Amino acid sequence: MGSRTVVVGASVGGIKTVQALRSQGYAGELIVVEAESHLPYDKPPLSKGYLNESLGRDRVNLISEAETNSLGIGLRLGVGAKNIEVAGSEIILEDGGRIGYDNLIVATGARARLSPWEAKDGVHLLRTIDDAEMLRKDFHGAQSVIVVGGGFIGAEVAAAARHHGLEVTIVDPLEVPMGRVLGDSVGTLLIKLHHLNGVATHFGNGVEAITGSKGDLTVELTDGMVLYGDLVVVGIGAVPNTEWLASSGLLIDNGLVCDEYCRAAGQANIFGVGDVARWLHPKRNELVRVEHWTNAVEQAGCVAHNIVNPNNIVSYAPIPYVWSDQYDWKIQIAGETARVADFVFVEDPSSENRFAAVYVDHSDRFCGVVTVNWPKAMIQCRRLLESETDISRPLKLLNDLLPGKAQ
Amino acid sequence: MAVIKADLDLCQGYANCVMEAPKFFDISDDGVVVVLVEEFPEGNRSRVEAAVRSCPVSALRIEE
Repeated sequence: MGSRTVVVGASVGGIKTVQALRSQGYAGELIVVEAESHLPYDKPPLSKGYLNESLGRDRVNLISEAETNSLGIGLRLGVGAKNIEVAGSEIILEDGGRIGYDNLIVATGARARLSPWEAKDGVHLLRTIDDAEMLRKDFHGAQSVIVVGGGFIGAEVAAAARHHGLEVTIVDPLEVPMGRVLGDSVGTLLIKLHHLNGVATHFGNGVEAITGSKGDLTVELTDGMVLYGDLVVVGIGAVPNTEWLASSGLLIDNGLVCDEYCRAAGQANIFGVGDVARWLHPKRNELVRVEHWTNAVEQAGCVAHNIVNPNNIVSYAPIPYVWSDQYDWKIQIAGETARVADFVFVEDPSSENRFAAVYVDHSDRFCGVVTVNWPKAMIQCRRLLESETDISRPLKLLNDLLPGKAQ
Repeated sequence: MAVIKADLDLCQGYANCVMEAPKFFDISDDGVVVVLVEEFPEGNRSRVEAAVRSCPVSALRIEE
């Protein structure tokens, strides 16, 4: 049977979906439409190795041209989609072209939230590879940078800027920016990590105004303090790219609203994958939207399965997983680490900067884990998150990993 | 038979491969991937491919 699947968006969600479709035996036509003209690239390195220049462009590719050809993927770069005509099963491109589909994947991701503060120039966002290249270039001509936002992107930008030898200051309205994700205790350790690496922090203090231009920027804080820097990087979150769907009739509410099978609400052949998808998480029984790399990959696998096996579709109930590289800390996070009741800290005394925090929910169940520089501990605990258990099992696993214990 | 190849220098210990295919992958105490079974039968291909796809640093590949 002739069949065509069209994917809108060639970032991780879109590319992993077409790869998974072929892997699972999908034999129909595959077309990927992407507004950007670059060959598909991966985003996590852009704030890490690519920004500090330890990784070259070839390590940022999501898929090679050879693989694109061998899998028979029609890549259409440089022209995005501007609408879906659901009744006629067609997407409409920005240049007016139309592509019909049997299955459609919405994988348009999210974009960096724009800076609400206006300066002449020298204020950067970081989301795309063009953003990363402009920032890298400006790092070379600068001596100081002020980072607005102390979340993942802000912290990683600060680390990369220190790597470039810049003087770095971070600002965030929260007292403990990473506390939002990891709780205040672990979040406080990450503030100390900034200080140990020579970064100044102004937390619990918002930005009132940014003025000036590159090389001579002024950031005024809500408490009246004034900071001066050559550059500013604003990392204040992301916004799902759904504007192009506004007149499609699909349900949009902080993302493309999908059912537990990742199908757009009320649609049998339109699916959402990655940062743009807000789906009904069957275990949490609420709509969730997750901006993590691993989520896009796992969701892509689920959607591919549901397209290839329409009579045996599966719901999507992932255990979240995300990592962050900050200075010499490799931070890995799995499960629920924000809405928790308590946590237990396990340090490896044989290794500086190696520890785990194990979280429990309000029913005393093990619900999440954070590790620093300890991948073995992470994977053992992460696998346990699949089974409902109390905290004794992860704690025993961690203790068994400590030196002097029988393996 | 197809064979799994891992680049141990690229591996960062993210362990998504272990989540996807624990029969084929583990992580060492040093935080680097261990390929438990290098050769795999066709019947396991899509599972191994899912593990390869899940690697954030493209440290895994399949050699035919």
